[in-house]
Amino acid sequence: MAHCHELGLKIDIPENGRKIVLAGNPNVGKSVFFNALTGLYVDVSNYPGTTLEISHGRYGKDAVIDTPGVYGISSFNDEERIARDVILAADVVVNVVDAVHLERDLFLTQQIIDTGVPVVMALNMVDEAARQGMEIDVKLLSELLGIPVVPTIAVQKEGLEELKKAIDRAKPGNISPELQSRLTRMATRVASQGEALLILEGDPVVAERHGLKPGPHREEIYLARRERVNYIVSKVIREISQGATFSTRLGRWMLRPVTGVPILAVTLYLMYKIIGVFVAGGVVGFTEETLMQGYYEPAIRGLVTKFMAEDSTLGQILIGEFGLLTMTVTYVLGLLLPLVVGFYLILSTLEDSGYLPRIAALVDRVLTAVGLNGRAVIPMILGFGCVTLATIVTRLLGSERERRIAIFLLALAIPCSAQLGVIAGMLAGLGAPYIALYVLVIFTVLVIVGTLLNYVLPGKSSDLLIDLPPLRLPRINNVLKKTGTKSFQFLQEATPIFALGALLISTLQVTGILEILQNLLAPLTVGWLNLPKESATAFIMGIVRRDFGAAGLTELSLDPMQTLVALITITLFVPCIAAMLVLFKERGKQEAPFIWIGSWIVAFLVGGTVAQLAKTYPNHAVTAVALSFTVLTVLTVLVIKNLKTRLALKANMAKEG
Amino acid sequence: MKLSQVKKGQVVKIARIPNEQVRSQAIRFGIGEGSIVICEEIIPAGPVILRKNRQEIAVGRGLAEEITIQAVS
Ligand SMILES: Nc1nc2c(ncn2[C@@H]2O[C@H](COP(=O)(O)OP(=O)(O)OP(=O)(O)O)[C@@H](O)[C@H]2O)c(=O)[nH]1
Ligand SMILES: [Mg+2]
Repeated sequence: MAHCHELGLKIDIPENGRKIVLAGNPNVGKSVFFNALTGLYVDVSNYPGTTLEISHGRYGKDAVIDTPGVYGISSFNDEERIARDVILAADVVVNVVDAVHLERDLFLTQQIIDTGVPVVMALNMVDEAARQGMEIDVKLLSELLGIPVVPTIAVQKEGLEELKKAIDRAKPGNISPELQSRLTRMATRVASQGEALLILEGDPVVAERHGLKPGPHREEIYLARRERVNYIVSKVIREISQGATFSTRLGRWMLRPVTGVPILAVTLYLMYKIIGVFVAGGVVGFTEETLMQGYYEPAIRGLVTKFMAEDSTLGQILIGEFGLLTMTVTYVLGLLLPLVVGFYLILSTLEDSGYLPRIAALVDRVLTAVGLNGRAVIPMILGFGCVTLATIVTRLLGSERERRIAIFLLALAIPCSAQLGVIAGMLAGLGAPYIALYVLVIFTVLVIVGTLLNYVLPGKSSDLLIDLPPLRLPRINNVLKKTGTKSFQFLQEATPIFALGALLISTLQVTGILEILQNLLAPLTVGWLNLPKESATAFIMGIVRRDFGAAGLTELSLDPMQTLVALITITLFVPCIAAMLVLFKERGKQEAPFIWIGSWIVAFLVGGTVAQLAKTYPNHAVTAVALSFTVLTVLTVLVIKNLKTRLALKANMAKEG
Repeated sequence: MKLSQVKKGQVVKIARIPNEQVRSQAIRFGIGEGSIVICEEIIPAGPVILRKNRQEIAVGRGLAEEITIQAVS
């Protein structure tokens, strides 16, 4: 936990400034308040677990800290450990509470109050509570808890001014009566009431810090607290009506397979239509060909050739085939940026709607087969935006084992927005059978690798336990802001790496090494993958970034089957440099290189298999590939299942014998 | 009866959650042992969706097989 303590030091707080901590259950609006108080932007979305890292900013002379949402503070998972330490070190806690889910949220409120820290409550989402026919007695709530309570609608900034004023009135609330004597006894040994509480509740980490044994009474304390909270809720809430609104019904439909699967299919189809056809075809056609290659490139060439010859070494590096000023700029701005913007528009809309947790419940069954649970669908879908980001989001998974599986699958088979955009655009030109085949191959690879990992890795994955937020109409404002932030980050991150990659390729070309490499790799590219030897350039570019590699493929003239092979191989190819950096950070020095090399092997193995099958059955190439991969997947799944049953039997026999 | 055998629309009482960590988490959610919940939806072979007041919670199949319930209505 050294990390969290360092974190406390890192935030510099001016003299007599306070540490104001925003705390609350997941998905209640903490980050909206953080943005409003500090003027910064951190992600806001409608699913539990958006914030996974601490953010901090300034509000006047105070520091404001945004925390990951938790249902209680203890050591159950990473977010809780992080939130716990930040809350324990707070001067003031602003407890953000979802008025619609008061019963759930007040558990944390009471726990925070029991730590003895000064608290003020933002009773948020009162608009939704009113719409659902709930009336909350704010004054009574404040009296029962012993802290100021301010009703708010964070997204409309309603109640924000009142909340700011109330921060100065924050005070320690009414501690659960039955805890008082225990806390007093503990106080002789542990100075801070908050830490004393957590030790009583059996938190192993905090207990160890004080050299004490964690207390055995967690459940007793929890149950008493739950009872107190239920009592308070029964006093302050008055229900006026409880009709099922349209959004509740729609939410139900999304879950039920008969309607949920078609809804999911339509959503994915729309995404493909928008990204693959509209953006990749129409918009990029305009930005890449008309704007960049039509106007920008001739202009910059004209400018540069005033100073040097185009075929001089520097000329080639600047404005040649892989030129820093030509290709890099065209790819980044003309080709990839529109795709990235399009993607984030859709992803942000999905994130804001509350659909993601429902997809998680719907596909839970499928994911348990590969050792994950439904929650993993959230990082997987976000992976289509940016794998780097999604790798961090896997923190919301329940166990180390699940993270390991999810991260490997992400790094292996989930193409990021820029890459997927290029792929979707190229596939759209090939027609439906090839699109279906691409999806099938990538999907079967996911299933086979996931099943194998699930079998090989020791331990057991956790089961799904997730709360479903209400469906909401996405807020245009937030969607645009998020898209803007994310796209800007893409430019910031991708441009230097791209430039570096272009420089590398140009250098290789100018020195003639590229040609040698192409010939060297020919057995692999020409012999095994059945591609022209120039495709080696795309793969070398792909080592830098996969989207860069995919973009490189657009330059080659390939027949449909070759295009498919190239796309499959580049999809499964190594994660980009940025993703590798995060992988090293999140997974360490042993696992990260393993993932990198593993991707190489799988990519060429799968791509080559497809190419060889197509070569062997030239007249029925698509059918042959589809059939082989389906059979292979079914076989793998069956064999593993069989092995597992046998292992279980053996274990049972050993127990009995 | 186990939670995995619940029927859609049934109101049940959570009787026993064997896993300690899940039990604590359930108390926080407000669906701890002794609480009354309604089964809103069952995804075939997949999670059971429970509702308590306005809170909807998806419980994975494996977990549902471990949780004991009593029928209330
Ligand atoms: N209707 C309504 N929606 C709100 C209100 N406040 C926040 N939201 C929405 O609630 C969702 C969650 O907001 P966030 O700020 O991401 O919540 P958070 O507490 O930071 O969530 P985590 O980071 O997951 O813990 C978003 O979709 C917001 O637009 C409110 O007062 N009324
Ligand atoms: Mg947040």
